[in-house]
Amino acid sequence: MSDDLLELASSVVAQAQPGEDMEVYVTRGTDTEVRAYEGEVESLTSADSSGVGVRVLVDGSEGSRVGFAWAGSLDPDVIAATVADARDNARFATPDPDVVLARPDGVAAVELDLWDDGVASTPMEKKVALAVELERATRAADPRVRQVSSADYADSRVEVALASTTGVSSSRRRTTAFIAVDAIAGEGADTQTGTGFSVGRGPGELVADEAMDEAVMRAIRLLGAEKARSARCTVVFDPRVVSTLIAVVASALSGETVVKGRSFFAGRIGETVAAPSVTLVDDPTDFRAFGAASHDGEGLACRRNVLLADGVLLMFVYDTVSARRAGTRSTGSAVRGGFAGTPSAGCRALVLEPGTRGQDQILASVGDGLYVQSVTGIHSGVNPVSGDFSVGAEGLMIQDGALGPPVREVTVASTLQRMLQSVVDIGNDLRWLPGTAAGQTLAIADMQLSGE
Amino acid sequence: MLERVLSAALTSGGDMAEVFAEDAVTASALLDDRKVEELSSGRSRGAGIRVVDGETTGFAHTADLSEPGLLAAARAAAAVAREGRRGVRTVALGPPAFHDRGDRTPPDTVDKARKLELLTMADEAARALGSAITQVQVGCGDSRRRVLIANSDGLLAQDDQIRTRFNVACVANGDTGMQTGHESLARTEGFEIFERYAVEDVARLAAARAVAKLSARPAPSGEVPIVLAGGSGGILFHEACGHGLEADHIVKDASVYTGRVGELVASPLVTLVDDGTVLGEWGNFGVDDEGCPPGRNVLIEKGVLTDYMWDWLRARKEGRKSSGNGRRQGYQHLPMVRMTNTYLLAGNEDPDEIVAQTPSGVYVKKLGGGQVNTATGDFVFGTTEAYLIENGRITEPLRDANLIGNGPEVLRRIDAVAHDFDMTPGTCGKDGQSVPVGCGQATLRITGVTLGGTA
Repeated sequence: MSDDLLELASSVVAQAQPGEDMEVYVTRGTDTEVRAYEGEVESLTSADSSGVGVRVLVDGSEGSRVGFAWAGSLDPDVIAATVADARDNARFATPDPDVVLARPDGVAAVELDLWDDGVASTPMEKKVALAVELERATRAADPRVRQVSSADYADSRVEVALASTTGVSSSRRRTTAFIAVDAIAGEGADTQTGTGFSVGRGPGELVADEAMDEAVMRAIRLLGAEKARSARCTVVFDPRVVSTLIAVVASALSGETVVKGRSFFAGRIGETVAAPSVTLVDDPTDFRAFGAASHDGEGLACRRNVLLADGVLLMFVYDTVSARRAGTRSTGSAVRGGFAGTPSAGCRALVLEPGTRGQDQILASVGDGLYVQSVTGIHSGVNPVSGDFSVGAEGLMIQDGALGPPVREVTVASTLQRMLQSVVDIGNDLRWLPGTAAGQTLAIADMQLSGE
Repeated sequence: MLERVLSAALTSGGDMAEVFAEDAVTASALLDDRKVEELSSGRSRGAGIRVVDGETTGFAHTADLSEPGLLAAARAAAAVAREGRRGVRTVALGPPAFHDRGDRTPPDTVDKARKLELLTMADEAARALGSAITQVQVGCGDSRRRVLIANSDGLLAQDDQIRTRFNVACVANGDTGMQTGHESLARTEGFEIFERYAVEDVARLAAARAVAKLSARPAPSGEVPIVLAGGSGGILFHEACGHGLEADHIVKDASVYTGRVGELVASPLVTLVDDGTVLGEWGNFGVDDEGCPPGRNVLIEKGVLTDYMWDWLRARKEGRKSSGNGRRQGYQHLPMVRMTNTYLLAGNEDPDEIVAQTPSGVYVKKLGGGQVNTATGDFVFGTTEAYLIENGRITEPLRDANLIGNGPEVLRRIDAVAHDFDMTPGTCGKDGQSVPVGCGQATLRITGVTLGGTA
């Protein structure tokens, strides 16, 4: 367990000077990564890593000044230098009465066992075999599979401890394992690609056939794809795409973007911002979610937050500082990018409440439109401040209520605001996916398809 | 000690062993909502050890730079080497090659208060554009990355890379909602860049971009002629063919450009170069992360594909030399083929004339990011400042949208290149690793690309 890490964090916190507050985040991890190619190991990486992130707050009459420093080591001398750097950085920040460290708020953490001993106990040969076999099986799955550009196995063990002068003391640990494969299918001069993966807490949960089938099916069904005619139509998104879309929408639900005037949801609490079928929950206490966590990035208990219910915007998610700026309390939603990052407000485990119908039924009722299997350019074409949405897409036309001919090199566009209002159907096919959101089939009306 | 570590890495066999040691310090400061919110300092120090045996690479990394720490990592990396080829290999390193790049002001010698002054100056300059500017975020950051690379072929190289960046992001608010504008300055140089570049200019560009879009109409939908402004991003070439010319995709037949050297793959107006030697540009370095000096590599000459980009591993497979494109995010990562500064050589035409001779289309002043599928060649790139061209004149601003095209197809449709060349910095992501790159091009026209607007 992470007891020694928590002791280490606490011992550093004990060195805080009078008139200052300190938060120490320490982490330690082990990673393995295997890539297979043409029946051999292309690369095998195994390594331990650790790091520390320190926030020092210096109190003053106009509020606190905060400084941050990090280092990729738990060596005592390095930690001491990191504390000194953070302290020095604090001298230069603007004093701010809203800048405080989290304090225990009485919410009990939900016990989650996110640790699978199989990650450590599975011999390396077996992990290598998983990647090699995945590659072999994908190549053999269909004569049209021309190439498998990567077939990977990866796992990690991460332990985190956090302590502060304001009484926070928490530790958590988790393991993850995944396999992923990229298939390239070809027929004549045509080439198409598909990715498949399987994720779990340990290697025992991985289903190689699912990853393989998904990659092969996705590549092959796009063979012969052509550009489509530009049109306004209903777009049905694949669950994997929906997971990405939900995460983008959620960035505008971060209290930090709201208090800083960067969210199109600002000032709209209590208003209907989405179709009545839309209920969106961020629940890191749900064991099934990839982003499940007992504690947030400031050491407070994670909790279930209902963000939208029946299309009505109910709340934003906050960390301690953004909550104070908004005149409210933290929702246990501090996230941080490892030891080198400072906390900010964000979601971890989003779930759009599933509907009642499966994908086939949804396609049948949509009749005609576009089914989007994957999107590109999320970062270049979606602006979560303005809401403008334009992404590259590939997939299949929907004709007569079923999947039709494949389509490539098109874009679909709208605004996030309009898309939320135009949700016409939500699938019952919820899939737990890596990242911060689960996904299911989702149909959105009246989008602009751009092609020829 | 390095020689002993390299020998240890090869005790169970293997063709090549390499130690990549890195000591990186970074600092950043962020001003947001008129407050200096965060000063951050970071240090990452460690070594990655690679053992290559046939087609297999073993890799381990450690933050422990003592001899026992490095030996342990060497043994872990060597675990992949095949049995049966055990033996003692003595490694003798050559004289160290060090690439000194003259006078630079290391960022850690600059008073933090001076950096913060720059943030405030930029904040004020952006807000001076008027009350439509409702939010300003200003960041500055610098890094010093010292690397040492030694391998069992006797190579020993060092580099000291100093990088400085400054970026401004503005939000403008109007009747039609919010719009954003970004601009950044980033150089492989020290703090002295601020003697040449005014941060107020960076701020004003970002703010003006956000304000201009307040009156923007939805971008058109469908195939349109596009004029890309000089220095608008150059990301077109980065995505349309840059990634597809990386040899790791080529050797796996995962690129539309595989096997096409000598063929016409672009308009004859296209001469494309990847060049890590351009001093000060964001993708510049003294040696790459395998110890190889950067090169000026011509990839496409007058439309004809001349070569790909290579790292050590893929070059070896083809029996040739690395082109100095072996890069990695840090010591925890394996090197792979990456771009440096990728640019299109300037042409002769007048940029205004190109617009004037475009009856209708879209003028893209600034591009955001992009993404490509190298196997199919399909790629997207986003606009962050664009205008309609009507009757040969730049008219109304347009809302952000992605453009989508197929690399070889789009490159053939370039029918005009001007002389107003400029470079822009960017961050390139590949297989989970980010590295700084430069992109450059002059004003050019593409006869037709699909624009993903809503109008």
